[in-house]
Amino acid sequence: MIPLFYVLVVSTLLFALGVYGALLSTNAIRILMSIEMILNAVNLNLVGFGRYITPSDPRGQIFAIFVMTVAAAEAAVGLAIILVIARRYGAAAIDRVRMLKG
Amino acid sequence: MIEQAWIIAIIPIVAWLIIFLFAKALKEKVAYVGILAMGISLLLSVLTFSEALGGTVEKSFPWAVVGDIKIPVGFQVDPLTAVMLLVITIVSLMVQIYSVGYMHGDVRYAKYYAIVSLFSAAMLGLVLANNFFWLVLSWEIMGLSSYLLISHWYEKPEAAAAGMKAFITTRIGDIGLLLGTIMLFVYTHSFEFNVIAEKIHAGEINQGIVTVAALLVFAGGVGKSAQFPLHVWLPDAMAGPTPGSALIHAATMVAAGVYLVARAYGIFVATPYALFWVALIGGFTALFAATIATVMTDIKKVLAYSTVSQLGYMMLGLGAGSYTAGIFHLMTHAFFKSLLFLGSGSVIHAVHSQEMHEMGGLRKKLPITYWTFLIGTAALAGIPPFSGFWSKDEILLAAYRSPYPVLFWMGVATAGLTAYYMTRAVILTFFGQPRDHHKYEHAHESPPVMTVPLVILATLAAVSGLPGSPFLHNAFGEFVKFGHGHEAEPSSFVMIIAISAALLGVLAGVAIYGYKVISREKAIRSWRPLYLVLKNKYYVDEFYMAIFVRGTVLLAEIVGFFDRYIIDGLVNLVGWLGMQLSFLSGLFDKYVIDGMVNGVAAITMALGNSARRLQTGFVQSYAITLFAGVVIGLILIQLIGG
Amino acid sequence: MLSSLIFIPLLGSLAILLVPREQDRTVKWVGTIFGLIPLLIVAYLWGQYSYSAQGMQFVEHYDWIPSLGISYYLGTDGLSFPMVILTALISFLAILASWNIKNRVKDYFFLMLLLETGMMGVFVALDYVLFYVFWELVLVPMYFLIGIWGGPRREYAAIKFFLYTLIGSVIMLVGILALYFNAGLNTFDMLALAKHKFAPAFQFWVFLALFFGFAVKVPVFPFHTWLPDAHVEAPTAVSAILAGVLLKMGTYGFLRVSHPTLPEAAKALAVPIAILGLINIIYGALAAMAQKDLKKLVAYSSISHMGFTLLGLAAMTPVAIQGAAFQMFSHGLISAMLFLLVGMIYDRAHTREIAKLGGLFNTIPTIAVILAFASFASLGLPGLSGFVAEFLVFLGSFGAYRTFVIIATSGVVFTAGYYLWMIQRVLMGEAKKEYLGLPDITARELGTVVPLMIFTTLLGLFPSLLMDIMNPAILGLVAKVGGM
Repeated sequence: MIPLFYVLVVSTLLFALGVYGALLSTNAIRILMSIEMILNAVNLNLVGFGRYITPSDPRGQIFAIFVMTVAAAEAAVGLAIILVIARRYGAAAIDRVRMLKG
Repeated sequence: MIEQAWIIAIIPIVAWLIIFLFAKALKEKVAYVGILAMGISLLLSVLTFSEALGGTVEKSFPWAVVGDIKIPVGFQVDPLTAVMLLVITIVSLMVQIYSVGYMHGDVRYAKYYAIVSLFSAAMLGLVLANNFFWLVLSWEIMGLSSYLLISHWYEKPEAAAAGMKAFITTRIGDIGLLLGTIMLFVYTHSFEFNVIAEKIHAGEINQGIVTVAALLVFAGGVGKSAQFPLHVWLPDAMAGPTPGSALIHAATMVAAGVYLVARAYGIFVATPYALFWVALIGGFTALFAATIATVMTDIKKVLAYSTVSQLGYMMLGLGAGSYTAGIFHLMTHAFFKSLLFLGSGSVIHAVHSQEMHEMGGLRKKLPITYWTFLIGTAALAGIPPFSGFWSKDEILLAAYRSPYPVLFWMGVATAGLTAYYMTRAVILTFFGQPRDHHKYEHAHESPPVMTVPLVILATLAAVSGLPGSPFLHNAFGEFVKFGHGHEAEPSSFVMIIAISAALLGVLAGVAIYGYKVISREKAIRSWRPLYLVLKNKYYVDEFYMAIFVRGTVLLAEIVGFFDRYIIDGLVNLVGWLGMQLSFLSGLFDKYVIDGMVNGVAAITMALGNSARRLQTGFVQSYAITLFAGVVIGLILIQLIGG
Repeated sequence: MLSSLIFIPLLGSLAILLVPREQDRTVKWVGTIFGLIPLLIVAYLWGQYSYSAQGMQFVEHYDWIPSLGISYYLGTDGLSFPMVILTALISFLAILASWNIKNRVKDYFFLMLLLETGMMGVFVALDYVLFYVFWELVLVPMYFLIGIWGGPRREYAAIKFFLYTLIGSVIMLVGILALYFNAGLNTFDMLALAKHKFAPAFQFWVFLALFFGFAVKVPVFPFHTWLPDAHVEAPTAVSAILAGVLLKMGTYGFLRVSHPTLPEAAKALAVPIAILGLINIIYGALAAMAQKDLKKLVAYSSISHMGFTLLGLAAMTPVAIQGAAFQMFSHGLISAMLFLLVGMIYDRAHTREIAKLGGLFNTIPTIAVILAFASFASLGLPGLSGFVAEFLVFLGSFGAYRTFVIIATSGVVFTAGYYLWMIQRVLMGEAKKEYLGLPDITARELGTVVPLMIFTTLLGLFPSLLMDIMNPAILGLVAKVGGM
């Protein structure tokens, strides 16, 4: 069996990629996808820890399923917002939206 | 009737209520309500009087339980009360009938009648009360009526000011009465005159305390009866309607001070020192006011100072030890002085002026007024056999028998001056040539509704002295007396002196004003300083104005300033100091708050301005900040080792 | 029954919240009806009230937070019942007088009823926590009522009022907590704590703490400067409540809390309190004389009149305390009447400056006559309630403080001075042109002052109506304080 370490490395890379994408891309869809990646990195972590540390207890897996449902909901809401932004500004370009300016 | 004597005081209250509530509907018919009520009261008073000849009645009921004491409500009818009831109801009835003519067409006709009824009720209540509490209560309501009547024509500034002056001046005296009442209660545990007198008579109370209490009670009398030094309000009170002055400021209310001393005589006799002061103040006021009256040219002012003087006379009689003499003079004075006032009202009604220099020769135009006025003058001047002679004689007799001869000579001098100034007034008004022809031509005798009361009062002024004369075996003295009555032996010396003083006064008046033996102008010129002092009433008003009125107003201004700037300033200073410590207390002062609020706001603004640069609105920069924050947080936790 | 006095106004205020904002008339009607109900209940309770019973009546006692000894404990006796009557009466009349409020009517009536809840609560609470809660509850609506509907300097006045009373009540809370912990009975029950004997030194400090809280409300010199500002800026009806009821919370605090619970300290500090009362009387009267604003004059006269209450409290004889309690009630009636009348004049003439007014007897005669009546009532004319109160205070205090009483009577002369001077300047004289044709009193306005006039006269002629209620409680209190 591959050790936990590898699982964590993959998860870390996935997380870093997600953060990179979320912070630096201007396309809202891509940001959303990057956030999905971050969440999946977390999922991987949860499943990994669950499998390797408490094999008899499915708590980690259950958490992962929760995260997936939340992620789905979040994606739906996020896409709806992006749709509104796209209609309003003509593109899903997040750098044009500056309504949060103080 | 005597058992229900309190009804006498209730009837005018009912009249007052009716007048007050239905003034608009009744218009000038309100007069009949007042007159009817007073007529009934008079009738009941006569009944009560006749029953009082048989014995006295006193009744008390509990009125209020206060803590551990009880305040009673009660009335009594003794000879003093019986006489007072008669005097008040007669004079009040006459004045109200007379007013129908005099006040006709007045803007506040109903208000006038309402006040007169209220006043009559209060005065009747006063003489019926058997305890100090109810006496004080009625006393103050009389003061209110007096105030309202003086400022009846309140559009005139002097009338408004005179009302206020009267109320406040008498109130200074009232404070004395109030304190005296409280003091007597504290030491005797009773408000009732008889109980207090008994306890004092039994020697239960320290002599010093009795003296102080008596002097305090007397202070009330000084205020109400316009004795020196609180006499200043009465002459100004003449700004009110003349018949009202006749009732309140001549015949009845001002005599309440005398009545008070008589009612509390049981306290006064126990302390010769207080009694001496009563006599001294009375005697001094009598002389003092009489001298002023000699130079007044306003007919009402002459009568006002004469009233002050005669009230002093009554006080002199009481103080000299003769209860009977004081009350006897009170009664005769009530009749002849109200007569004189109503007579002067009739003159004023005819010529529309109060200045005697604008009158003259009115004898032919106003015959009834002239004859009745003359009778009043004779009574006041003490010409036998008119009423004033008998009562004055008794007072002089009492003063003569007292240990202080100065009192007697004060009385004699006053008697002479009284005769002089009244002669002067009669001559200036009714004799000689008319000095203002226009006014003279328009003068006409008053209608019967005014002259009939004059005639009735003139009759009383003429004969009311007889009950106290030797012809009726001094019946008055037998009836109204203190204790067993120890009236002084009549003295022919006193009688001769009194008659000669009066005649001398009359002669001097006739000589100066009738035959002009001495030129008035020349006399004024050679006695100018004295004339000025008298004309300006010894500058007492000016002195009070400068010291007390201005002083109080100045004190008030200082306190107002102190409050506004020092106390409030201190509060604001505390606030300012507090602000250094905390923000909340910094809100005290308006300017400091503004500064503080603005300061805080400025800092917040500055912070906000720099902070808003961070707020790019660029979502991802927020996310970076967030992420960086988390990373820094994690590193910190690692470093600290949490 | 007492709970209903507290909760019906509260219910009313909630009911007002349900009325749509634009329906001003409905709001006013709801407010008036919910103001009237407590008055009717009080009238009923007056009928049920036992004049002879010692101790509390209409008691309601439920546990609230048993672990701390806090309970929901209501009751009324001869000290508080007159205040309950006064609160119900003045609140109703103030609501009636508020019908001419124009902006934010809904909020206004909501706060008014909330205020009534707080005031009622203070007078019937017998548990310190409950007492304190209601005490503070009064503060909030008052703050907003002055701050929103007040005059030009309303914010300054509202904040000044709020800070003064807040600081006062916080110090009072410290005192209450000290009582609770020192007694160690694990109860906030006022009556139970009043039975406990505290050490004299402890009593002294706690008395001072409580004194500060109550003194601000009375207000005692030199803590009085919030009052003229608050009165002048507050809307008419609020001024009436402020003078009519709120000031009495302070003196009621003395009667209910300080004196029975800390009798030794009350005795030790009696002379300073009497001196403060004396200063209040004279100082307030002189300051009133100096005022140029009619409303300020009335405000300072309140300070002067509350001084009589303090003097009576300090003397601690049954008569003096009776006088003090009577003065609380009587001053409540008279000052409310004065403020309502001044408000009516202001509504018409749009000025309160004495120098600008004049000749009102001839322009608005009914208002002027009632103002003269109220002034005479206030300056202590016999036959009206003010005289009875002042007389009793003097009578009861004379034995203990002869000199003070003699000095205090000069305040009576000053009082007559400033009122008569005011009457002379404002009411008498020729009618001024600019005030000709002003409308005289309306039926609603008449309805707000006539009950007060009737009560003032009735109590002046038959003071036993009120005294018989007070007597048992006052004798009980004096037995505790021990007299002087």
